[in-house]
Amino acid sequence: MTRAVAGTGLAQRIEARIPGSVAASNAAEVWVRSEALHDALQFLRDGDGLDFQFLNAVTAVDYVEFFELVYHLTSLRRNASCTVKTRLYSREDPFAPSVVDLWRGAELQEREIYDLMGITFQGHPNMKRVLLWEGFPGHPLRKDFIR
Amino acid sequence: MALRTEPVTVNLGPQHPSTHGVFRLRVTFDGEVVIDVEPVFGYLHRGTEKLAEERSYVQIVTLTDRLDYVSSMSNNLAYVRSVEKLAGLEAPARAQYLRVICAELQRLASHFIATGFMLQELGAFATPLMYCFRERERILDLFEMLCGARITLSYMRPGGVLQDAPDEFWPALDVLVGNMPQYIDELEGLITTNEIVLARTRNIGVVPPDLAVAGSLSGPMLRASGVQWDLRKAAPYEVYDCVEFDVPIGSQGDTYDRYYVRIQEMRESVRIIEQCTAQIPEGPVLSDAPFFLRPPAGDVYTAIEGPKGELGFYLSSDGGIAPYRCKIRAPSFINLTVLRDMLVGWKLADLIIIFGSTDVVLGEVDR
Repeated sequence: MTRAVAGTGLAQRIEARIPGSVAASNAAEVWVRSEALHDALQFLRDGDGLDFQFLNAVTAVDYVEFFELVYHLTSLRRNASCTVKTRLYSREDPFAPSVVDLWRGAELQEREIYDLMGITFQGHPNMKRVLLWEGFPGHPLRKDFIR
Repeated sequence: MALRTEPVTVNLGPQHPSTHGVFRLRVTFDGEVVIDVEPVFGYLHRGTEKLAEERSYVQIVTLTDRLDYVSSMSNNLAYVRSVEKLAGLEAPARAQYLRVICAELQRLASHFIATGFMLQELGAFATPLMYCFRERERILDLFEMLCGARITLSYMRPGGVLQDAPDEFWPALDVLVGNMPQYIDELEGLITTNEIVLARTRNIGVVPPDLAVAGSLSGPMLRASGVQWDLRKAAPYEVYDCVEFDVPIGSQGDTYDRYYVRIQEMRESVRIIEQCTAQIPEGPVLSDAPFFLRPPAGDVYTAIEGPKGELGFYLSSDGGIAPYRCKIRAPSFINLTVLRDMLVGWKLADLIIIFGSTDVVLGEVDR
């Protein structure tokens, strides 16, 4: 059975590596500050005994006060999984670092989030809409989207 | 006088017999060789994730049918499992066996379609495809016995399945499962050692294992590259830990391996169904869950091994009767990430067959 790695333990390791990067953690997940997101995820992929080389999914949720990005990672070799989240507090221009250089699998998913949720991923090689057409007004998965 | 050449950009699709629906490829050719590819899709985008925010948890089951519309049972299963985890429900044992039987029947049906269309794209027009559809029809007949529908099934519910199987279902299932190895043999006899198929698929469109993992590929696409990863083994759900089966993998990651992994998986599915029919206990098939579920605030991500790969649902609840956010991790969509890497350098005729071997369904890509 895939073992879910505790967020608190991960938080300690990330914080030791990149001081000031962890915002909060609990048994299931760890919240990382968005400035340190790329470095923290790179550490999770490459760090000793972490080895999360498979990115299951990138999700964006609009909680009105902030956007939350959710990264589900799996280590195929250790059969372990973890969840990393980050919060973006701007509604006008939310942005986060792209992780396409770490996991190619994020390429279409980040474009989808940009398309439907309006979050820009800095460093993405092709940041444009993917499901809707260029010129579509607004981002439909936002809670304040009006048809 | 020297010949002057220049690259030509061609639109393949969105209306094209080989694109499995409405999918467009902007391909740049140098002569007959592909030098650049840009997939363009979204023509079938219905905003499923947004629609889900306005429906109750049980109603959303009908939306999931319309994602990967050749494997509705698997979509139902992935979704209801996520709701059950969020709401703390558990399906009765009989329902779990019925779900696994349905999911494996659906895998057979989906792989028949994948194989049939791949042959069609090789130029074996219509006849082999009709053989595949013939076997698939027999599986759809069984689904019709279970729930009255053949494609948009909505058979599963959070907490179990809609209703128990009727008495005539079990003998019909035994006949189908008894004959299935013979059907698969027949199909394999046409393809597996066919010289034309081998020449057209061996070492074509290779995905190396490190790219497969980095590109978040899953399902037969990942396993064809030699990566042993199957959620039914790695994180067994329902009753997959009570049955024995193997996880076939490929060695080259080429078009042939993607075909052959599917054929081998079909044989394993038959094994799983046989064991489930022998083990299934009597009992209720639906737990006492209210129609309007109000899961506690929180979020979950669960995934199953669907026919196309890791099919996951991320649900976030605010305690209301509808999910606050419902994200679908669609394997067909994410498997397209490496399409460009697979296609560049090959010829136009290879492009069609390589794309066919990825087995994407546009209902799931566009959602």
